Amino acid sequence: MANLLALIHNETIKVWKKKRFAVIVLVLLVLIPVFVYAQMKVAQNNAAKFKDWRAEVQQRITDNTNALSSDRIPEEWKKWRRALVQQLQYYLDHDVNPDTPNAVTFTTSFLENAVTLFIPLMVLAVGSDLVSSERTAGTIKMLLTRPVRRWRILFSKTATLTLYVSLIVVTATAMCYAISGIAFGYEGWGVPVFVGFSLKGADMNTANVHAISQGVFLLMEMGLVWFSALVVAYIALMVSVLVRSTAASLTTMMAAVISGMILSNMASSWHSAKYLFNVNLDLTVYLQGTPPPIEGMTLGFSLAVLVAWGASALAVAFAVFTKQDMIQ
Amino acid sequence: MENRPKDKAEASPPSGRDVVLSVQSLHKKIGRKPIIRDVTFDVRAGEIFGFLGPNGSGKTTTIRMLTGLIRPTAGRVLVCGEDVKRRPERALRHIGCIVENPEMYPFLTGWENLEHFARMQEGITRERIAEVVAIVRMDKRIHDKVKTYSLGMRQRLGIAQALLGSPELLILDEPTNGLDPKGIKELRAFIRELADEGLSLLISSHLLSEIQLMCDRVAIIAAGRVIAVGEVNELVRQAGAYTIWQFDRPDAGRSLLAQGADVALVGDGKHRIDEALLASMPGAVITRMQDDAVPRWVETFVREGIAVRAVHKAAPSLEELFLKLTEGESVG
Repeated sequence: MANLLALIHNETIKVWKKKRFAVIVLVLLVLIPVFVYAQMKVAQNNAAKFKDWRAEVQQRITDNTNALSSDRIPEEWKKWRRALVQQLQYYLDHDVNPDTPNAVTFTTSFLENAVTLFIPLMVLAVGSDLVSSERTAGTIKMLLTRPVRRWRILFSKTATLTLYVSLIVVTATAMCYAISGIAFGYEGWGVPVFVGFSLKGADMNTANVHAISQGVFLLMEMGLVWFSALVVAYIALMVSVLVRSTAASLTTMMAAVISGMILSNMASSWHSAKYLFNVNLDLTVYLQGTPPPIEGMTLGFSLAVLVAWGASALAVAFAVFTKQDMIQ
Repeated sequence: MENRPKDKAEASPPSGRDVVLSVQSLHKKIGRKPIIRDVTFDVRAGEIFGFLGPNGSGKTTTIRMLTGLIRPTAGRVLVCGEDVKRRPERALRHIGCIVENPEMYPFLTGWENLEHFARMQEGITRERIAEVVAIVRMDKRIHDKVKTYSLGMRQRLGIAQALLGSPELLILDEPTNGLDPKGIKELRAFIRELADEGLSLLISSHLLSEIQLMCDRVAIIAAGRVIAVGEVNELVRQAGAYTIWQFDRPDAGRSLLAQGADVALVGDGKHRIDEALLASMPGAVITRMQDDAVPRWVETFVREGIAVRAVHKAAPSLEELFLKLTEGESVG
């Protein structure tokens, strides 16, 4: 019986030789400089408007410190202001203009924007035809007539998909940092960022707000992006098992991902929509404290929904693939 | 049905040779429609077994069940005694196969394809890969991408893949499809070579002539049912061959033949001999007669002064064989 590592080796080679990953890198190579250029234009505009950024930051620190001594401001708000002052002070001490992007801020905001559509699309480039392409090309007949149980074949494909999803997230982040650094400089790892905001009803709960370095923030973001990309990938794998043609499989998944974006923009009166996987993909909103698309969604909720979807997709994929008749 | 190993010994033919593949009352329904209705046959060690049937008769579906691509609704397939449905990882070790077209990964080279399939089975070394490449004579192009290969080369690469695991049984589904006459001839010679080395082969085809040229025994399938299993030549003889005469004076020859008691003249619309073959024989007189009657008749014609230009034997077509085999029984 062939061992699983050998099978994973096979699948990895096939995806690589199909040049799927090369295409993804190429797309990133073209698009990231475009984004960087746009961001650079914005920064230049800002610089022209605000000549003396140090004076401006100093002014904001003074305003907030004054507010802290006021009795009329509730204690939670003070906590948040103290955090803000701390952040502004850091900018002054380290001579960092908060409005000037650096490679790390650029990369974090790139990931925030890419998590709902861009990263899922790149994942689909690998995941959507993992099984369906073997059926379209007829190679499934060679693959499944070898003395290997079918679940092992699908397991090796799942493992390969996991590997490539991880590689895509890491590569996109690394390329983004490397390319934007040319324009904005490579500093910014230590800059504090405030996390821990949460919404309680209409009020912002700032009780747990604390500062972490931007480097750690980036890592947390990568983790969340990786997770939602993985769920998209597993659902794509299931569709690829269920649908015979690669084109149909890719279209189905793209429609699902894009409709998720549209739904979360329409927002909120349809409450049960929060159980759909595609409105839960944007996990990074929970880090920054921006309100989620539908009321009642939290990081824990979204993770649970995604885990449920990913696990059921894999269960269906394995159940069908191991029993399926390969007719045509 | 399951777990009765003695069953197999009883079912095997009395020849005493080992049975490599045993197909036991296989059924397949798709939805409610029965596609395969009771297919049973055995392939013995070292023989070339033909699987003959018109298109749509269930050949490929049966082959897919033999190779584990489709689960039978009932019945079972044993390869060297291992059940394909229950222990595919053991049973399929003894099989090499090409189901329909030899599809390999076009974006990999021939060698990379073979490496890929070698990794799926334990104990296949680099040396073994080189060996099968040599067997199918692909040495020169093996490091080129498969998408640059001709159909004939893909076919050979497919056979190389099938031979990788040193199987006991090679299953080829319509192997001559799409090959040119030279390729077909080479393939036949190659199949003979493999059989001489002790490999058993199962070859499907819709052409009787092809099965006659390659196979020792044959199972004939129609509408999802095996209607005959036996020696190819025996079955053909039963169906009756044609004897075709060409004379310098066809009419005189025909009227003489018509008087013979051991001859049956076959009228124009009554036979199914290939039109292309007849076109090259103007004035041919088509008859059925025993082989040993032919020399006597030649003497008769010489005596009567009718010059015999040629005497041909023509095998019956597959359709005729079917008609003969299913005579008196309704084919549904």
